[in-house]
Amino acid sequence: MAVKDYLRERYFPHMWCPGCGHGTILNSLIRAIEDLGLDKSEIVMTSGIGCSARISGYVDFHSLHTLHGRALAFATGVKLSRPELKVIVPMGDGDALAIGGNHFIHAARRNIDITAVVMNNRIYGMTGGQFSPLSGAGVKATTAPYKTIDSNFDVVELAKAAGATFVARSTAYHAQEATGYLKKAIEHKGFSVVEILSQCPTHYGRKNKEGDAVSMLELHKTNTAKLGSKALENNPELIARGVFLDVDRPEYCQEYDKIIEQASKG
Amino acid sequence: MSKKKLRELAINRDWCKGCGICVSFCPKKVLELDSKDKAVAVRPEDCICCKLCELRCPDLAIEVLIEQDKEDE
Amino acid sequence: MSKNIRFIQGNEACVEGALYAGVEFFAGYPITPSTEIAEHLSQRLPQRGGKFIQMEDEIASMCAIIGASLTGHKVMTATSGPGFSLKQEAIGYACMAEIPCVIANVQRGGPSTGNPTHVSQGDVNQARWGTHGDHSIIALTASNHQDIFSITVDAFNLAETYRTPVILLLDEAIGHLREKLAIPEEGELAIVDRLRTSQPKGVDYHPYLPREDGRLPMSDFGGHHRYNVTGLFHDMWGFPSNNPKIVNELLRHLTDKIDANINSITRYKEYFLDDAEYVFISYGSSARSAIHLARNRRNKGEKIGVLELQSIWPFPRDLVREKCEKAKAVLVVEMNMGQVLTQVKAAVDEPSRVFLANRFDGKLITPTDIKRLLRVIQGRGV
Repeated sequence: MAVKDYLRERYFPHMWCPGCGHGTILNSLIRAIEDLGLDKSEIVMTSGIGCSARISGYVDFHSLHTLHGRALAFATGVKLSRPELKVIVPMGDGDALAIGGNHFIHAARRNIDITAVVMNNRIYGMTGGQFSPLSGAGVKATTAPYKTIDSNFDVVELAKAAGATFVARSTAYHAQEATGYLKKAIEHKGFSVVEILSQCPTHYGRKNKEGDAVSMLELHKTNTAKLGSKALENNPELIARGVFLDVDRPEYCQEYDKIIEQASKG
Repeated sequence: MSKKKLRELAINRDWCKGCGICVSFCPKKVLELDSKDKAVAVRPEDCICCKLCELRCPDLAIEVLIEQDKEDE
Repeated sequence: MSKNIRFIQGNEACVEGALYAGVEFFAGYPITPSTEIAEHLSQRLPQRGGKFIQMEDEIASMCAIIGASLTGHKVMTATSGPGFSLKQEAIGYACMAEIPCVIANVQRGGPSTGNPTHVSQGDVNQARWGTHGDHSIIALTASNHQDIFSITVDAFNLAETYRTPVILLLDEAIGHLREKLAIPEEGELAIVDRLRTSQPKGVDYHPYLPREDGRLPMSDFGGHHRYNVTGLFHDMWGFPSNNPKIVNELLRHLTDKIDANINSITRYKEYFLDDAEYVFISYGSSARSAIHLARNRRNKGEKIGVLELQSIWPFPRDLVREKCEKAKAVLVVEMNMGQVLTQVKAAVDEPSRVFLANRFDGKLITPTDIKRLLRVIQGRGV
């Protein structure tokens, strides 16, 4: 199948701004699914609210566009009630880790077989450029005119500590690499997290003088380095890309099946 | 390995928002933005079919259509 | 009648009703005084292949049942006071996206943490208006375990029929009271199954295009119809739209599908109303005291009757007007500061004849409490 076969073409062109990294992440995600040869009817895409969340409307899967921060909670209901479905949950950085932070760590703790994609552009785009828990200190935003003093979460470390069993990070610049990680994450049995650095030229880029989409993509290239690379060794300040964790641990729905088995005997 | 040859660099002008990502990151400078800020393949003969433009396009507007070179099969 | 007689709590009667109705999925979070519903379902659901999950919070529980409903399952959650507040945004989502689900709210004293282990009926208006924006909702209640059982079955039936969240407004007193429940035999009570689309694979399915009767057949997630579900205003495909015509029509549909069917939705019981000079209007555990007093006074020749509401929303205005027409006075008996009173006053022809017999101090309202007010109204002393 072609990429377009996975899209609801009648809703294109999409609503994202020119050069928004979210479109590239949609592109990578579709390719991952195409490469895996998944049936469109076995996929449920659940999203929250924000620019990122609109992704679910554009794909020809079962799509559930929910409430701000709650995508993983809805997805947990979908998955546990029908474990044979593939559940993919793309979220924005504020969506996943501010208002949705509790659901994020608990979905990880349960190791429920859901793929969470954090589309991290370090800003609330839809509401006009407020700082997020992934902005980090020293960033300008409409709610941080004097620059942020808040530290950011490290999504990878957070996901690992909370119990996710597959954790990776890539960027919108490294589209091919991101596709590869997404494939692995979707195939992984358990809670998988892929953080993909995205760019918001409209808000983050303008406020922080990072230029247009092209120069922001350049930053994805220059500010990151592959896990285990010489570049990262020489400059630990760089953001690491790669697969940080890929382990097996009992998966929630499978464990619940054992409960059913035990309870039915009684 | 078969050598890839471009059949067509199909650009959906309705979807393209003219961000210029494809233009800037094309290793062979095949693409440019036209007067309407839409991407066009101005030097298709230089295309090496790496598909980076297609993979990175945030508008999902580019398709690199490839002809397989039969002699190399 | 069934030989399956149980002596159980009201919360357990609710569980039995839910199981009878075919509940398959429950998500919840511990909170007094509703927790027994979660506890019992955690044991009972997996015995029949159903799923129970204790979520990280009240919000997540509400969201999880909506997700599970979309895969084609009958779902419920249970909560109390603060938890009901937390669920409101997602209840609004279920209204907007038209997802069948049942929410039991075993009421306790509020606002805030309030009076967790004591009775209240303070969430009547919250059940109606807790979530933001215009919408309609169904809220049911009951005053004894047999009725809790059947009204819970009704809650599932109405949720499926109208594709809406249904609120079960129980309260601490009835939830924790132990009394007899005779579980009906299979087939004794009607069960409404989900209406699913008959559109075959490859034929366009419009998830949000109502049939002529206003109903929308569903298609389970995982089936061959793939569509979008959103909390935004949406077109017949479920795709977001802010087209004024679509917004207008959808909002009208969401309210009309319930308000226009009020006669099918309304549930009530009446006691000695035919010649009643004084009408008590009550519901939930308050109704037990109202009925008790009415029965006692009848024995002494006083013409007192009771209208027990089992559906509070949509409020059965015409029913209340009709039943109160001949009354000298109407006493609304409830455990709040007059939430149903306001509705009754708006419904009757002479609001000045409507009085409030209430308590909101965490103690169950007693027949004596009601009698005290009745005597004043009757001009028979304070």
